Amino acid sequence: MRLRQKKIITAYTFLAIPLLFFIVVRFYPMVYSFWLSFTDWDLISPKKNFIGLLNYINIFKDEVFVKAIINTLKYVAFGVPAVIIVSLYLALVLNRIKKFQGFYRLLYVMPYITPLVAVSWVWKWMYQQPPIGFINNLLTILGLDSQPFLMSTSQALPSIVVTTVWVNLGYCVIIFLAGLQTIPQEYIEAAKIDGANRRQILWRITIPLLNPIIVFLAVTQSITFLRIFTQVYNMTDQGSGGPLNSTKPLVLYIYQKAFMSFDMGTAATATVILFGIIMIITLVQMIILNKNIEY
Amino acid sequence: MVKRDRLTTISAYVFLTIFAVLMVFPFIWMFSSSFKDSGEIYEFNLFPKYPTLYNYQYIFNYSLFPRWFLNSLLIAVVTTVSVLFFDSLIGYTLAKFDFPGRKLIFILILSTLMIPTEMLVIPWYIMVRNLHWMGTYWSIMFPGMISAFGIFLMKQFMSTIPNDLIDAARIDGVSEFGIFFKIVLPLVKPALATLAIFNFIGNWNAFLWPLIVTSSPKMYTLPVGVAYFSSENSMSWELIMTGAAVSTIPLIIFFLIFQKQIVKGITMSGLKG
Repeated sequence: MRLRQKKIITAYTFLAIPLLFFIVVRFYPMVYSFWLSFTDWDLISPKKNFIGLLNYINIFKDEVFVKAIINTLKYVAFGVPAVIIVSLYLALVLNRIKKFQGFYRLLYVMPYITPLVAVSWVWKWMYQQPPIGFINNLLTILGLDSQPFLMSTSQALPSIVVTTVWVNLGYCVIIFLAGLQTIPQEYIEAAKIDGANRRQILWRITIPLLNPIIVFLAVTQSITFLRIFTQVYNMTDQGSGGPLNSTKPLVLYIYQKAFMSFDMGTAATATVILFGIIMIITLVQMIILNKNIEY
Repeated sequence: MVKRDRLTTISAYVFLTIFAVLMVFPFIWMFSSSFKDSGEIYEFNLFPKYPTLYNYQYIFNYSLFPRWFLNSLLIAVVTTVSVLFFDSLIGYTLAKFDFPGRKLIFILILSTLMIPTEMLVIPWYIMVRNLHWMGTYWSIMFPGMISAFGIFLMKQFMSTIPNDLIDAARIDGVSEFGIFFKIVLPLVKPALATLAIFNFIGNWNAFLWPLIVTSSPKMYTLPVGVAYFSSENSMSWELIMTGAAVSTIPLIIFFLIFQKQIVKGITMSGLKG
């Protein structure tokens, strides 16, 4: 009994500072953001007026916000399937070879660990107009038309998606490859003996067994693309999310509202909406994965 | 049949190599550009005809890059040490102590993983202003001093340590902190290494919060510095690429040394998360 009490005291002594940290640096700010979203605060005035749901009504009347939401969904809709399909394919091919597997994996994951800011500027440089940008120079040599890329309202967002897919690819390849290596080889041998061809093995055995990993990656990549910011800030002119807001995602909208126009109420409202979207996606993942555990 | 297999193997290598080139090329182009002078920068050649170290000299002598480099190093090292200490201590407590509220505390800590940083930066900013932390290293570091993901990771590893080992030490009269430092920590070294590497990379690359909270160029971290320097020199691509290279080189070295742990860490984050 005395030992047990001593242990409880020790446990709470060890946990005191961390608990304080999580309350002050995580939970309190979260509640504070919720509260700010019901005010019209502008950072300078001493009073924060409670205005109820007005921010939530007004924000959807803001064309730039609606545009930012649509852009964000576009990033997710283009980026997530692309990164998952390409990385799955790469992992399947990598899993077939015996030599240099680690070497290829190493090269693929390099973009993922390098600073995103540096990566963004390198791609911005490659996307430049002729005769400056590498990709356009290459197109010219191949006899193709040069493209405006980041200068065009229709091509800028897909160009940023390409860069982001390039960055996240290696991460997904590693996870898929680890998943593939947990599939018992007997399943595949048995299917081969039964006369299944490669395509049947892929669709009937490999992909169903990878399902939990696909769901996991779909969710984590969705959250990554929902929170896209650094690439857009660095690759667009003056960090504007241009041309004409065509690349501006939600987080850049939040950044500009909060730290350039000091409209804290609206910015907080947008963060709450982002939080809501992430919550929904996470819950959907939990439901799907719980269903999937039993085959 | 055998012939067909060999053909598919060859085509697999060809395909993987083409992709490897696509993945690595931007780095090569970045380094190649950083050794070109302003006259050659727009040319299409991969290898500079007149390679020069001028851009690197410029960056080290006439920009704040050395300072940003040290800022980033300091911040990444301090937060990593703090995360290692606190996360392993919390993971140990949650795994090896039985006390009322244990489950609740673990769930509360895990639930913070769902809060996006973007939702916290505005209150953090207000906190920094009100507490007069503006312009200090502490203002950049404080949100990252403990990591919920690391706690989860460490708790998993701590629960594999046999209880007998801890109890025996307790009977021998070793203090609770002594048990943690001398017995528990040496047993989870691999987990500590993984956590340290990931935390270091994460802090080295962090952008949004340092961008918000640093106002004078002297306090910038390397990523914020690269962004600032690049938009200041927006036509001098050879300088921009040199800046990008300078911020990337330490990570490439780091990566080559710790590649095994990095791959293992990514796998863990995926299969256990």
